[in-house]
Amino acid sequence: MSILRFTKDHEWIQVEDGIGTVGITDYAQHALGDLVFVELPELGREVVQGGEVAVVESVKAASEVYAPVDGEVVEANPGLTDEPAIVNTDPQGAGWFFKLRLSEPAQLDALMDEDAYKSFLEGLE
Amino acid sequence: MNSQTTAKDAPAIEPAGTSPATPLGTISGNRGLRIEEPLIFEQDSPGHCGVDLPEPPALALRLGGVAPRGRIGLPGLAEPTVVRHYTRLSRNNYAIDAGFYPLGSCTMKHNPRINEKLARLPGFADLHPLQPLSTVQGALELIDTLAHWLKTLTGMPAVAMSPAAGAHGELCGMMAIRAALDHRADRPRKRVLVPESAHGTNPATAAALGFTVDTIPADARGRVDLDAFKAKLGDPATTDVAAIMLTNPNTCGLFETDIIAIAEAIHQAGAFFYCDGANFNAIVGRVRPADLGVDVMHINLHKTFSTPHGGGGPGSGPVVFSEALAPFIPLPSVVHDRDGFHLVETNDDDGATGLAFGRMKAFHGQMGMFVRALAYAMSHGADGLFQASSDAVLNANYLLARLGSDYSTPFEGPCMHEVLFDDRSLKGSGVTTLDIAKALIDEGYHPMTVYFPLVVHGAMLIEPTETETRAALDQFIAVMKGLAERAKSGHADYFHAAPTLTPRRRLDETAAARKPVLRWKAN
Amino acid sequence: MRYLPLTAADRAAMLGAIGASSVDELYCDVPVSARRSGAIPGLPGFQGELEVERAIAAMAAKNVPAGSVPFFLGAGAYRHHVPTTVDHLIQRGEFLTSYTPYQPEISQGTLQYLFEFQTQVALITGMEIANASMYDGATACAEAVMMANRVTKRSRAVLSGGLHPHYRDTTRTDARFVGFEAVACAPDPLGTEDLAGLIDQTTSCVVVQNPSVFGQVRDLSALAAACRAKGALLIVVVTEAVSLGLLTPPGEMGADIVAAEGQSLGNALNFGGPYVGLFAAKEKYVRQIPGRLTGETLDADGKRGWVLTLSTREQHIRREKATSNICTNSGLCALAFTIHLSLLGEAGFARLARLNHAFAVQLAEKLSAIKHVEVVNDGFFNEFTVRLPRRAHKLVNKLAKRGVLAGVPVSRLFPEAKDLDDLLLVAATETNTVAEMDALCTALEEAL
Repeated sequence: MSILRFTKDHEWIQVEDGIGTVGITDYAQHALGDLVFVELPELGREVVQGGEVAVVESVKAASEVYAPVDGEVVEANPGLTDEPAIVNTDPQGAGWFFKLRLSEPAQLDALMDEDAYKSFLEGLE
Repeated sequence: MNSQTTAKDAPAIEPAGTSPATPLGTISGNRGLRIEEPLIFEQDSPGHCGVDLPEPPALALRLGGVAPRGRIGLPGLAEPTVVRHYTRLSRNNYAIDAGFYPLGSCTMKHNPRINEKLARLPGFADLHPLQPLSTVQGALELIDTLAHWLKTLTGMPAVAMSPAAGAHGELCGMMAIRAALDHRADRPRKRVLVPESAHGTNPATAAALGFTVDTIPADARGRVDLDAFKAKLGDPATTDVAAIMLTNPNTCGLFETDIIAIAEAIHQAGAFFYCDGANFNAIVGRVRPADLGVDVMHINLHKTFSTPHGGGGPGSGPVVFSEALAPFIPLPSVVHDRDGFHLVETNDDDGATGLAFGRMKAFHGQMGMFVRALAYAMSHGADGLFQASSDAVLNANYLLARLGSDYSTPFEGPCMHEVLFDDRSLKGSGVTTLDIAKALIDEGYHPMTVYFPLVVHGAMLIEPTETETRAALDQFIAVMKGLAERAKSGHADYFHAAPTLTPRRRLDETAAARKPVLRWKAN
Repeated sequence: MRYLPLTAADRAAMLGAIGASSVDELYCDVPVSARRSGAIPGLPGFQGELEVERAIAAMAAKNVPAGSVPFFLGAGAYRHHVPTTVDHLIQRGEFLTSYTPYQPEISQGTLQYLFEFQTQVALITGMEIANASMYDGATACAEAVMMANRVTKRSRAVLSGGLHPHYRDTTRTDARFVGFEAVACAPDPLGTEDLAGLIDQTTSCVVVQNPSVFGQVRDLSALAAACRAKGALLIVVVTEAVSLGLLTPPGEMGADIVAAEGQSLGNALNFGGPYVGLFAAKEKYVRQIPGRLTGETLDADGKRGWVLTLSTREQHIRREKATSNICTNSGLCALAFTIHLSLLGEAGFARLARLNHAFAVQLAEKLSAIKHVEVVNDGFFNEFTVRLPRRAHKLVNKLAKRGVLAGVPVSRLFPEAKDLDDLLLVAATETNTVAEMDALCTALEEAL
């Protein structure tokens, strides 16, 4: 069973069998503009919810990507290093950032589902 | 990528219709005075040399076994080629000498040429920093004289002359604060309060020195929110705040009205007041920072004291200190007694405070900039500086008065030496601050500072300086009004295409950053 | 007040447009206690160009310019012949009176020369990439150490005893306040210290100067290998850029970062500043480099052009997470460097370097012939250390009185090293004549 959740910092996390794939949303990539660089975490790193895990850079801005939940980094997307533009073209698919082995799956309950995120975005307008 | 996309080998034909006079485009790709110029590396004429040097005497090398190097890969060019190359490059630059350069926060004022002449006197330019002091008394006297000017104009008792630029001066000032706090050792003090409107160098400096940056919001008047500041400062008896770094006048072009209250609260808490002096030009000769409670402030000689900006330096950033911080200055410093001028180069030297924190660069400071700055200060005199800051403020307020109905102003009241607008008034036109800036380029102006300070969305920060004529300001006003009108009457495409009349049009910064090409390489 | 173009009538009309009765009203936000109604006392009034020139020239006249006497000082600042063309070109207003190229469409002149500068610096140091300049060699050195700390995530730097003490002290100042360790070795005139033995698992970098502040030249390849083996970076400092025209470059010896002083090319002695710091590194560290970088790109018409790039490393974007707080650097000094090196070119740069070395060899031979004077280095470029039978400092002052500027006494650089106070650093460049060398030898012989 797969669960898709969103954070107020515009990260998404898709969880399957205890492994969460994390990326940034279409809204986030649009706000950042053309990405030129992505810094990914090293494997095995323990991260805590809300902690800085990755960095994305456009020409004029640098932003942190936060861990949506606690866990251990088990994979990073190798494609982003050479082609950060994938995040712009396919943010919720090929443009994923890293995968976490969740240590506190219950934290997912407090995150937004797709509908809640949509209304959250409407509230930002 | 090492493509020769310019004209050297295969001249690019201009697209038809770019200029009514030459509908076919030119054969060369040049456009009259505008001449395409390849890199020096693409003009290599092997064996050529632009400097005639004698044949070295035939002596055995004494390199201690290290091999002499092979080919480096530098191009060979004769002197006329080099002169033409750099002359052509220069013509692709905008400059104060050529026009109005209202780049906010940078004080792009006229650069007097007497400064250049005097800095090149062999008695300054041809002095080695480690000559015996008996042979450099005039140089030390000059540094001491400029130091006297800076101390008097700020009302501060001590000055460190060695910092090489404003950001270097910030490091110097914050190091002195750290040294003083360490010396006092009352309690750990980690936090530095920085308004969100600050220059990026402020938080970068504080963080580099291990302080935690705590951001203070601005209030609706564009000043430090006094209540938020007091809340962040906390209990004066226990606070861990080390300092506040405050730009005054601030980056919104406004004088911090609560500055004395802020200084008093900071001092009551045992912390220090760092003032970023980037905007000193608004008040030099009129207000002494010491009278505002400032403990330490850097002065950008390349802003307030007219030393040239040189395409990005060299600058010079002397730092003035209050009595409390005066012992904690860096090395070296100049002192004098009846025997003449001396350099304090160690904490054991005569005249040393014993508490100086160390050295910030090689040698004694930016001597070439000191000569220029002193020439400027002496030319104006105390009365001229009073008039200069008055005129700088007058010019900015004149722009505010004349353009205030065309562009929105985020804050009320008179400004200091720079005026801040934003692009709310253009809402719905499809034209933003960036587009106004690019359209100004086609009009023959250097744009204002855009998107800074960060606290104002779509910021346009305009600093006219005191060295502009009223006629020049009136022309600029007419252009700004015309652009606002054009934007509001539905010509967004015109703005988005701008600039079109420049040596290059908008450049692809995304491509540059994705696959950085930072040097030329032979094919 | 010749720099102020507003007339009294202008001011009155402008105040009218503003709706203020006086400029003082515009200063209404200044606290009353700090307001002044007139000029700050204690300073002179305005003066004409003639008076200013007279006063400042009088100060200049009290100094002894290097070019007026036999002159042999080096130790991080070198007197070279700067072709007239250089100073002429850098004084073009379009270079002199522009600022940081924030608007690339109207700054291609500055951006293109910075790209040429970065390429030249990379070529002469034998490194892959270089930045658009630092304040000077000493600050470049300190920044290199902090960059090595970031790259290796370690915080202990080992500084060679051949490193210029001003560079050592600048780095130590940062070490104290930024919070890392900088282990400085004892002064090492002969370059015999065992730096490799000081590298451990916590060492971020080894900083070694070549030629050393004592003039000693050495091959650093073995040291580079030792650094690699322990995961530390090798930072090579060069204070005499002209040496790069003759010696195996640091990049070929295995340097990870090169921090150098570029004053020797295009820039006058200027009593110590402004100078131009050179900063070069391996390309894989590009995102950890401090300072500005110029990169190549295309414009909207597909024409090649240049922009400032990778700005997210810098303070104006990254603020408290920036790689350095540097903003304004040494643009115009970098231009002077670039023009001088363009004039020299491949052939000229190599010849200039050989000329310097040959003159230094010649001077070393002449000085060695003086009784009780000994050249201590076995290999050097254009500067070397001599041991004198007396305190060098006193002899230098004595010779200065006779109109000879003999060199830099080691005690001026290392006042704490009393055992080295008989050492004198002597430099020779293409500007020295045989007659000047003879004048130095004669004066020294007579003083001894």
